[in-house]
Amino acid sequence: MKLKGKRLRVISALLGAAMMTAVISGCGGQKSASDANTIKIGANFELTGNAANYGSAALDGLRLAVKEVNDAGGINGKTVELEEVDCKSEASEAANATTKLVTDKVSAIVGPATTGDVLASSPIVTDSKVPLIAPAATSPKVTVDDSGKVNPFIFRSCFIDPQQGDVMATFATKTLKVKTAAIYVDSSTDYSKSLGKVFKEKFEAAGGQVVDEEAFVQKDQDFKTTLTKIKAANPDVIFIPAYYEEVGKIVKQARELGITAPLLGTDGWDDNKVVDIAGADSLNNTFYSTHYSDQDKDVQNFIKLFQTANDGKSPNVFAALGYDAGKMLIEAIKQANSSDPQKIRDALENLKDIQVGTGTISMDKNHNPIKSAVIIEMKDGSKVMREKIAPES
Amino acid sequence: MGIMDQFLQQLINGISLGSIYALIALGYTMVYGIIKLINFAHGDIYMVGAYIGFFCITVMNWPVLPALLVSMLLTGILGMLIERFAYRPLRSAPRISVLITAIGVSFFLEYTMMYFVTPQPRTFPSILDDAAYHIGPFVINNQQIMIFAITIILMAILTYIVQYTKVGKAMRAVSFDNETAQLMGINSNRIISVTFGIGSALAAAAGVLVGIYYNSIDPLMGIMPGLKAFVAAVLGGIGILPGAAAGGIILGIIEALVSGFISSTFRDAAAFAILILVLLFKPTGLLGKNTNEKV
Repeated sequence: MKLKGKRLRVISALLGAAMMTAVISGCGGQKSASDANTIKIGANFELTGNAANYGSAALDGLRLAVKEVNDAGGINGKTVELEEVDCKSEASEAANATTKLVTDKVSAIVGPATTGDVLASSPIVTDSKVPLIAPAATSPKVTVDDSGKVNPFIFRSCFIDPQQGDVMATFATKTLKVKTAAIYVDSSTDYSKSLGKVFKEKFEAAGGQVVDEEAFVQKDQDFKTTLTKIKAANPDVIFIPAYYEEVGKIVKQARELGITAPLLGTDGWDDNKVVDIAGADSLNNTFYSTHYSDQDKDVQNFIKLFQTANDGKSPNVFAALGYDAGKMLIEAIKQANSSDPQKIRDALENLKDIQVGTGTISMDKNHNPIKSAVIIEMKDGSKVMREKIAPES
Repeated sequence: MGIMDQFLQQLINGISLGSIYALIALGYTMVYGIIKLINFAHGDIYMVGAYIGFFCITVMNWPVLPALLVSMLLTGILGMLIERFAYRPLRSAPRISVLITAIGVSFFLEYTMMYFVTPQPRTFPSILDDAAYHIGPFVINNQQIMIFAITIILMAILTYIVQYTKVGKAMRAVSFDNETAQLMGINSNRIISVTFGIGSALAAAAGVLVGIYYNSIDPLMGIMPGLKAFVAAVLGGIGILPGAAAGGIILGIIEALVSGFISSTFRDAAAFAILILVLLFKPTGLLGKNTNEKV
């Protein structure tokens, strides 16, 4: 049944895309990257579907970066124009949306937000030689393939999974000083599985012991059976690298079962929906690594800019990463002094010490920015910054 | 926590999960019993029920019980409308046409709902005190008790309707032999309509309970529980009411034990393996009688 649903959606999306192309080419065929006064950037984000909270926030951040540069007179006199498309939180739709953007001859693409959607877009931008910046795709596979070869056209503005698994294992052993851990991963996402693996390696290397490893799949509703099993193993902490919807339910059900151990997570937790689903009380004594905290002194300037542009609304982590991606791209276009995708790509590869929303970053040889992670503790439903851990700690 | 304590805790988890399956499975089995249709839209009716309950609780600020009753009433009417406009015109068509129509209705409900409420999951407000009772090493909370109590009450009411009322007698008659029942003066269209209404109302109750228990609902939430409830109905013997109730609870317990003692990743596989095993070795289900088909 599910398969048929997907197929239907693909067909209707294709039809829709075909109609949209017809409309666009009918009324605005002259728009292209070679336009003398504008530089066109594609924004491909999850605006609907189960990762919509991530995608729409990242787009808000990107819009701010673009607005900022246009208000300041554009890049070398040229206005930056955003072409926004929705990938509906599905890999097949992400590929369709990317195809549409490269057909429209954008100079570069920002997005999608999640790893799976970026991986689906990757062959398309590689074939058409258009650089893509993934703001929040933390899987190492996004920029480096299994054989260790760097994909020349994919970049990102966030740190990678191993760093988060590393940081949380360090936090568990050094700060919380725990000896045993259970790992509970979402076996339907690469994100969760790879984080679980890295955490296990680092935690055991630091002398800890993993007493139980469990898995669930997305859309599961009931976690009590597995949590009962984890409770019986009696770990000092439980590491749950997953996305907010399931995390909220897991935290709630764990506390209902009387599990009081600290629960650890990663940036997938960073959404206020977690508080809605789990409840503020259940979330006490939980910690997760993320890219950004509004209590970090380095980001105060970005927060002010974002609030001014969005009627006082505060940015979240995905907005910060979307903004960083926008800043990186704009800087690269400035340095390339061209709207040619190939030249922008070369400039992105050599970015060094540029100022973005979350601090100063440089691009490493694997197309990953070198930046710190912060650890957030949940206290009565609000986020408190505990630590900022630099890479190679 | 010893192995025995763990086993009993998993039983508690399994029974609350199984109660939900049982409520949905009852609707499946009632519809199958009366018109031999596997109503694949049933899981989505459950989803609509959850949303109606959600709007009663969040927008109208009603307490649980009125929200539950209104959701059951409106969803029951929806079930009757679906029967009237989607299935009744196909009453004499081949069964496969009706089955395909049911899949169409399922998509129709999923994506119409998605259009109106967006695909984003909604969070139910916590309307019940989360109080958990620690009995020795076990934990049972308010929601689990409520789910179990409401399931039992609804099943008792259903049994009363089917066994001791005129409508129930007519339902059994139509299910036994539709044409003869009509000759006896029973308006079988009306009875089939009532059956859809009751089955849908039970699914709506399950939807509201799930919303309260797990705190989160979305337009595609009905797919998996719908399939699981179908397995439960087949396991108990499709068309047999106590079979659906027993099948649901047994399936819930098996899932809990599999994820508790074998591996959480095998849980769904176990549920569908049961379906295959039942169909291979006892296609009539646990409570079904073996009847020879007349050729």
